[in-house]
Amino acid sequence: MILVYAETQDGKVKKSALESVYFGSKMAALNGTSCLALMLGKADDAGRLGAYGAGEVLQVEDANLISFDALTYSKVVAKVAADKNAKVVILPDSSNGKSMLGIIGVLLKAGVVSGVNKLPEAMSDHLVVDRALFSGKAFAKCRIDSEVAVISLSGNTIKPVSEGADVAVSSISVEVPVPSTKVLATNRSVGTVPLPEAEVVVSAGRGLKDPSNWGIIEDLADVLGATTACSRPVADSGWRPHHEHVGQTGIAIRPNLYIAIGISGAIQHLAGVNSSKVIVVINKDPEAPFFKAADYGVVGDLFEVVPKLTEAIKKLKSA
Amino acid sequence: MKLLVAISQTPETTARIAFKDDGKAFDAAGVNFIMNPYDEWYALVRALELKEEVGGTVSVIHCGPAAHDVTIRKALAIGADDAYRVDIDPDSAYSVAQQIAAHAKSEGYAIIFTGKETIDYNGALVGGMIAGILDQPFISHASKMVTSGDKMIVTRDIEGGEEEIEVSTPFVLSASKGLAEQRIPNMRGIMSAKSKPLTVIEAIPSASLATYTSFSVPPPKSAVKLVDPSDMDELVRLLHEEAKAI
Ligand SMILES: Cc1cc2nc3c(=O)[nH]c(=O)nc-3n(C[C@H](O)[C@H](O)[C@H](O)COP(=O)(O)OP(=O)(O)OC[C@H]3O[C@@H](n4cnc5c(N)ncnc54)[C@H](O)[C@@H]3O)c2cc1C
Ligand SMILES: Nc1ncnc2c1ncn2[C@@H]1O[C@H](COP(=O)(O)O)[C@@H](O)[C@H]1O
Repeated sequence: MILVYAETQDGKVKKSALESVYFGSKMAALNGTSCLALMLGKADDAGRLGAYGAGEVLQVEDANLISFDALTYSKVVAKVAADKNAKVVILPDSSNGKSMLGIIGVLLKAGVVSGVNKLPEAMSDHLVVDRALFSGKAFAKCRIDSEVAVISLSGNTIKPVSEGADVAVSSISVEVPVPSTKVLATNRSVGTVPLPEAEVVVSAGRGLKDPSNWGIIEDLADVLGATTACSRPVADSGWRPHHEHVGQTGIAIRPNLYIAIGISGAIQHLAGVNSSKVIVVINKDPEAPFFKAADYGVVGDLFEVVPKLTEAIKKLKSA
Repeated sequence: MKLLVAISQTPETTARIAFKDDGKAFDAAGVNFIMNPYDEWYALVRALELKEEVGGTVSVIHCGPAAHDVTIRKALAIGADDAYRVDIDPDSAYSVAQQIAAHAKSEGYAIIFTGKETIDYNGALVGGMIAGILDQPFISHASKMVTSGDKMIVTRDIEGGEEEIEVSTPFVLSASKGLAEQRIPNMRGIMSAKSKPLTVIEAIPSASLATYTSFSVPPPKSAVKLVDPSDMDELVRLLHEEAKAI
């Protein structure tokens, strides 16, 4: 049995939940077991986790789960995993998933691997999984030496496909410990896909010269349905919020498409973005190190190139 | 307030990443090691600031061999009061967490600080594991912390935003960017670090439960395809038809 912690937000299952469930069901298929999805809290669209591979969808509703507390959430997931005799527990590699991963590992006396980025080839007694390290500058295989394995799944590892039918959601009751922390406020930028989940990212650096020029970046992001990001100096000088800073000391991302505009491509920046599937670099300096990491490059002035690119994409989208 | 900061050692950010023995081990030849930036810049400095605000002590702990003492001395030079080194090969997050939790259990710290992750293995596991073993609250990715009466208000990074959390001690926290401003050790700090206590602790038996079996580096990228800056239709065509990215 594989148990997937399906993350929800604002009463809906998150994209990471579809990915984790789909990944879990493919893993389960390797040795003929089934995949169970567990939600803490309610989501109106939870049934569709069935279509993405969950044989069963369980939900725990409790006043003590209304806001996130790593210790409380972990205890509930570990309890259900133990009751169901789960051999593998899968969490998303999100900020909450990462908070719970180590705690659940300890509670289940299980080996833990974070940031798994590939479907295992086989399910043997000791699971072997792949992950990236050195912020994407290297890869490794890691063997779990315990009976139970706890892993987190890196975003955009697998494209979830709806292959089956929805299933009915069953509520279960589990003792939920009283959380010892209290969430006072949650502030999220609305209307945009969070950076770690984004499939297209438009990112800009110091080449933009001044925060008032950010509009051309936003225009490009808008036509692409992309999320915006920035290099560290841009966040440090307050041009952009710091949760948009990507790189070794920022967020590591792996979108399908990363467009880097006026960013030199310092090794610490590349570390967070070089796992992107396709990289486009726009820079006026042909010697900019970023071109070595790029699939497509444009040597030119970003103030001329970016609006042209935006127009060209508009043309494609309306064709 | 009695504070503990877990510090780790990592290759510096520009180090060449290579593996030896047929991809079985990291090749440390010619690599300079530093204190993990999240531990040094954010976790340690915020602990020192808190001590300056409310009084108390800041201890640091490191799991590793004697060769890592230079990293520990740097933490003392930045301002920690004393240090512990658990004499063990830090081969897994679980064994590191077990060692640190065992030490903390007998000392009773109000807050245990870790970095959000090490910049080499990017595990992001040790903090949560310590919290799990000690059965204490865990707040990950903390980018701000202020005192509020006898409680702490911690801001943590979440996807696309942040969350404000109220917590009482004892708890475990992992530090991300923003929690504090980097401090450079001054001459007086460096001199006084030499005489600050560094206690070596014998390791307790611990399990690792997960083992790296092989490492590899990504294949080199093929050369960049340059597109004429006046022909963005061509770039869009390539992204649409060739790369299938839009
Ligand atoms: C320990 C450590 C950790 C770090 N972590 C990170 C990290 O996580 N993320 C990160 O981003 N950085 C990080 N850095 C900083 C990094 O080393 C670089 O300093 C930084 O990435 C540079 O940002 P930039 O490319 O925006 O600016 P610059 O290096 O100044 O580059 C600006 C680029 O814009 C181009 N340009 C200028 N004008 C135009 C124009 N009109 N049209 C087109 N192109 C133009 C220039 O040719 C240049 O290449 C870290 C550094 C250290 C030491
Ligand atoms: N060998 C170690 N000794 C002491 N603390 C460590 C060690 N390794 C990791 N840590 C702490 O745990 C944090 C997260 O590490 P990791 O889970 O390995 O990414 C680091 O930022 C340190 O604070």
